[in-house]
Amino acid sequence: MPGWSKTGFPVQSLLGFVLVGLLLLTVGVAQFWTPYGPLAIDLNAPLAPPSWRHWFGTDEFGRDVLSRAMAGARISVGIGCATVSCAITAGALLGTLAGFLRGWTDRVLMTINDALLAFPGMLLALGFIAVFAGGEGAIVLALSVAYLPSVVRVVRSVVLSIREREYVEASRVMGNSSAYSMLRHVVPNALPQVAVLATNLFGWVVLSESALSFLGVGIPAPAPSWGNMLAAARPYLASAAWLTIAPGACVMATLLGVNWLSDTLLERLRPGSRS
Amino acid sequence: MNRAARMGRYLGRRALLAVPTLLLVAVFVFGLIRMLPGDPAQIMLGDVADPTSLAAMRHYLGLDRPLPLQFLTWLGHAAKADLGRSIATGEPVATLILERFAVTASIVLSAVFIATLLAVVGGLLAAWRQSRPIDALIVGLASLGLATPSFWLGLMLLLIFGVHLRWLPVVGYVPLRESFAVGLSYLVLPVATLVIVESGTLIRTLRAGAIEVLGREYIMHARAKGVPERQVLYRHVLPNAFAPTLTLVGLTLGHLLGGAAVIETVFNLPGLGRLIVDSVLARDYPVVQGCLLFTATVYVAVNLVTDLLYPLFDPRVTAT
Repeated sequence: MPGWSKTGFPVQSLLGFVLVGLLLLTVGVAQFWTPYGPLAIDLNAPLAPPSWRHWFGTDEFGRDVLSRAMAGARISVGIGCATVSCAITAGALLGTLAGFLRGWTDRVLMTINDALLAFPGMLLALGFIAVFAGGEGAIVLALSVAYLPSVVRVVRSVVLSIREREYVEASRVMGNSSAYSMLRHVVPNALPQVAVLATNLFGWVVLSESALSFLGVGIPAPAPSWGNMLAAARPYLASAAWLTIAPGACVMATLLGVNWLSDTLLERLRPGSRS
Repeated sequence: MNRAARMGRYLGRRALLAVPTLLLVAVFVFGLIRMLPGDPAQIMLGDVADPTSLAAMRHYLGLDRPLPLQFLTWLGHAAKADLGRSIATGEPVATLILERFAVTASIVLSAVFIATLLAVVGGLLAAWRQSRPIDALIVGLASLGLATPSFWLGLMLLLIFGVHLRWLPVVGYVPLRESFAVGLSYLVLPVATLVIVESGTLIRTLRAGAIEVLGREYIMHARAKGVPERQVLYRHVLPNAFAPTLTLVGLTLGHLLGGAAVIETVFNLPGLGRLIVDSVLARDYPVVQGCLLFTATVYVAVNLVTDLLYPLFDPRVTAT
């Protein structure tokens, strides 16, 4: 990245770490404590503007927006981690098989994969939610399936480039089985690029989950999620615009943090990029 | 082989490749709905259905025949634009889809067009002035657009231009056919939101491509020959750097045409994306099925067109 990096001080990397660190800290804190109960209704203080008692105001039921945003972070990060683990595990397995074995396995897997890629991710997720109803499990399943084809593609291309390297060939020439060569040489060398992919994927999943919740097909009310908080704030846009501040800022900070973090990882991995 | 023949072979092969993809897409859509527990005829008719219409639906779906034949029956209906009727309204699904698609298409096509223009100007400028303040500014703004959730940005624009400044109507939709000026005023904010969110990636891609091309020898040669900078950029850099951006434009167009559901929800637009979400919420399965099939087909078609245009910018692809 140009501009900032000219000074030699990695402001973006630092900001990326700080933002992602703050997110994880919030999740950790929200696990045990939020200023108010995220579901606690206070009909004496509906739509209260930000104040010392309620930093980000209260919603139409008098629920504390800060507490709900913190609880929402826990749900978003939980879904993000679960989805990334599922998609990366399955995608790495299929992508490695296709890329290393080649031949018919590769052809069949990639034909099916490309057909799945022909669905925009959100649409595939919507289709799955239509069949499996809502809830966190369904969202994780839907988003894992939606992002699986992209993971398979990337992993396969990484594996394809690694399997041609000399050390893999050397391993095969030495008489090692292809399974051994794959596990011992290809997989470890593919890991850094898979880590970058996983970081990016986490950002996409958080965004998709909040979009699904915003559309009303994700996390069902009254459980808080950044997306359904924004959807609920929409009718009060003219009278209580503060309702949009906390959830919107949370999504944006998460995405910026994750993007900068993955840029940092990418820079570190690119050979000769740190001269 | 001469150039035209090579080109023809490339185009033919690309078009043929789309056929198995579309077939697999159809299998997925068919299979997804069939994964629902219960009688498919009952699912297609909704909760209230008398025995006569149930029997008629069973016959229409070919439920007495084996599954592969049922699939072919369904595919045959779909090929004749017969996607069934909505459980909720009784309207033919195909009519519903086309009606809603017109709304989505008008927003998405204008947004992607503007975003592409923006990417060309911004990306070229940033690449030309690499590592200068203007480059940092453009890249910074692009990264910011990349990290902005469209639904939040849409709400903020509504708040600023609709609620506070009152320059533009807050929510709703008037077809352009009815009143062009009024219709246009309803489209400004949704289009602007999409442009801001989608141009970030396009700008970054074009900039990366242009930086690479700017380092080539023929650019140095053109400059040494005294070709004016503007002409160097638009005649030599842009055509050679545009191919990756073109692919991305195709992908963006494809996935947005499949329903800009989020934008349509923010601005209360009766588009295709909203139709999909509403039918998912209402368990209106004929509509869900029709929409999935339609949007996936549009996506494949848009990507096919992108592939067909690709040789204009990168003739090397026809060689293989």
